[in-house]
Amino acid sequence: MSVALADLLFYLFAALTLVCGALVVANPFSRNPVTSAMFLVLTIVGLAGLFVLLHAFFLAAVQVLVYAGAVMVLFLFVIMLLDLKEEERRRIRAFGLVAGLVSVGAIFGIFLKALLETRPGRELPAPTLEGTTAPLGKLLFTEYLLPFEIVSVLLLVAIVGVILLSKREIK
Amino acid sequence: MTVGLEHYLVVSAALFALGLFGVIARRNLLILYMSLELMLNAANLALVAFSRFNQSLNGQVMVFFVITVAAAEVAVGLALIVALYRTRRTAHVEDLTTLKL
Repeated sequence: MSVALADLLFYLFAALTLVCGALVVANPFSRNPVTSAMFLVLTIVGLAGLFVLLHAFFLAAVQVLVYAGAVMVLFLFVIMLLDLKEEERRRIRAFGLVAGLVSVGAIFGIFLKALLETRPGRELPAPTLEGTTAPLGKLLFTEYLLPFEIVSVLLLVAIVGVILLSKREIK
Repeated sequence: MTVGLEHYLVVSAALFALGLFGVIARRNLLILYMSLELMLNAANLALVAFSRFNQSLNGQVMVFFVITVAAAEVAVGLALIVALYRTRRTAHVEDLTTLKL
């Protein structure tokens, strides 16, 4: 892939990610959670594209499978279970909006200032790292074996917890 | 100007800021949850970018764990929201004022 094409694709995916991310949190046309969920899917796809540009192919695939597949299906099921009509009747509170804008402006300003002052990555050599599956798997099952096993226990705990929470009454 | 580490970090910071705005400004529990996911994904993007430009795969392993934990977190959180909705018939943070003095 030529350098110019990669740059173009970066701007394309970055714009997709940020625009859809903005539409998830503040959509001027619809306050329906389903619309937010759909735009979250597009955000995830944009992020997966950025991962591919960063040569993290395995993570791009996992991102689409886990987020756009599993997590979004969960979200849509729960939206289906809840009452949607109520959201559109509520008016937006001005205090929350102002507080949100102020804190977001502050934290984004801090991030930008830190980036501009340190300029990370300026002296680094051109990246050669390839995030293909084999080296990642090797690392996962050697150096990170214990965290990997702990995560499997965490998933088991989550499964049991969800079943317990979903039961109508606990005897 | 070729795309470097800074570009990815700016995108990551902007995405994080969007997620934070959603958590503070919105009142629907589900949209709050989606905003949380946005923030987690912003952190993931920063980690992958650092991993690529630092010539080390450790960042990507970290992202792998973050994705796993986020999936577990979403499952438990959504189950909590459903359980909450069953007892209180609401998914709005404004209606959940039991702990308010």
